[in-house]
Amino acid sequence: MECVLGVVGRDFAVVAADTSAVQSILVHKTDEDKVMVLDSHKLMGASGEPGDRVQFTEFIQKNLHLYQFRNTMPLSTAAAANFTRGELATALRKNPYMVNIILGGYDKDVGASLYYIDYIATLHKIDKGAFGYGSYFCLSLMDKLYHPDMSLEEAIDLVDKCIKEIRLRLVVAPQNFVIKVVDKDGAREYARRELVGDNAAPAEAAAPTTIPA
Amino acid sequence: MSRRYDSRTTIFSPEGRLYQVEYAMEAIGNAGSALGILAADGVVLVGEKKVTSKLLQTSRSAEKMYKIDSHLACAVAGIMSDANILINTARLHAQRYALSYQEPIPVEQLVQSLCDTKQGYTQFGGLRPFGVSFLFGGWDKHHGFQLYMSDPSGNYGGWKAAAVGANSQAAQSMLKQDYKDGLTREEAVALALKVLSKTMDSTSLTAEKLELAEVFLQPGTGEVQYQVCSPEALGKLLAKSGLTQPAPEA
Repeated sequence: MECVLGVVGRDFAVVAADTSAVQSILVHKTDEDKVMVLDSHKLMGASGEPGDRVQFTEFIQKNLHLYQFRNTMPLSTAAAANFTRGELATALRKNPYMVNIILGGYDKDVGASLYYIDYIATLHKIDKGAFGYGSYFCLSLMDKLYHPDMSLEEAIDLVDKCIKEIRLRLVVAPQNFVIKVVDKDGAREYARRELVGDNAAPAEAAAPTTIPA
Repeated sequence: MSRRYDSRTTIFSPEGRLYQVEYAMEAIGNAGSALGILAADGVVLVGEKKVTSKLLQTSRSAEKMYKIDSHLACAVAGIMSDANILINTARLHAQRYALSYQEPIPVEQLVQSLCDTKQGYTQFGGLRPFGVSFLFGGWDKHHGFQLYMSDPSGNYGGWKAAAVGANSQAAQSMLKQDYKDGLTREEAVALALKVLSKTMDSTSLTAEKLELAEVFLQPGTGEVQYQVCSPEALGKLLAKSGLTQPAPEA
């Protein structure tokens, strides 16, 4: 049951996603990175049909790279979002991609921004958002706790609360999550919140991320 | 001997020259000239209209100046029928970019795409190159105001002041002498008119023989604006700079 979410703060954007690869009732792996670093200052969190998700995000990433090689400057986040939307809209009436995207980025002139793009080629500029079953729990939490000039710590805390709620309330909730951040210094992985696998936090130690007994 | 290499655009001569491309540049040397000056607060484009006949009714006021997008315009020297094709391509490309990215196309990218088209006609067989040189003036968020010049070979470059068409060599060297960094738009217009008055073949400058266009940021909104000077306003400008009288050398 996939979960992708994003938040914009004062001068950064956070994109987080679960890291489960599932097929029917089976979990194939728990360290599948669904948040792609598109270029130095863009993050693309995607959910949807796994094949489509990988194919489409790579397609967008490679197009952004091509643009940068050709023109010696990167595309702005807004332009990348509109390009992505355009590609989904073109595909929609031919052979649609089943992907939903949260795109976060940082531009020198406009600062951090976040975009909501769904598989039917809807584009919204948002400051908080989520896709997948997790969104039913995250959005209400975000409505309650979000404010526009959040610090990074506050935003991560909000994301942690979302993850906690998903694990608590969602049937067959994903175990592990990845959190990535983009700000003036670039896009990077910030942390993983893991309950299973090699890097799983011990049940007692990881207080904010574990399911209460 | 050299005739053997004349008729083919895509074949080098033994001296390593492409004659058709050189001939295209020659064609531009006979066309009405155009010059552009980059100012601190805008770009100025001035063109010379060749009045072919008193009886000819010009359909529009702008003959040499073309708006490509709201932030980008060009002045043309050369064969107009060729230019129309390229301008159409340029406008198409600008709108395609806007459709893809919902952002105005960066000036250099538009120039580059057009020059790619021009270059293609110097390499792929059976076609002649475009007999057109352009001056592009525009603004984008990356590099502010910019001025580019392109030729039939598909070469382009960014300039502070540039001239194309008849007597462009003379105009270029005058511009080189008189251009100062940080020129205002008003000063740039005055300089452009002065240079053109000296390099044009006709004895006196009149508003009918000239076209003046400017790209600048609107003071209030900061939006890019392209403005073609009306003949009346141009007449006043010429009178102000004392250029309506026959030029001193004439």
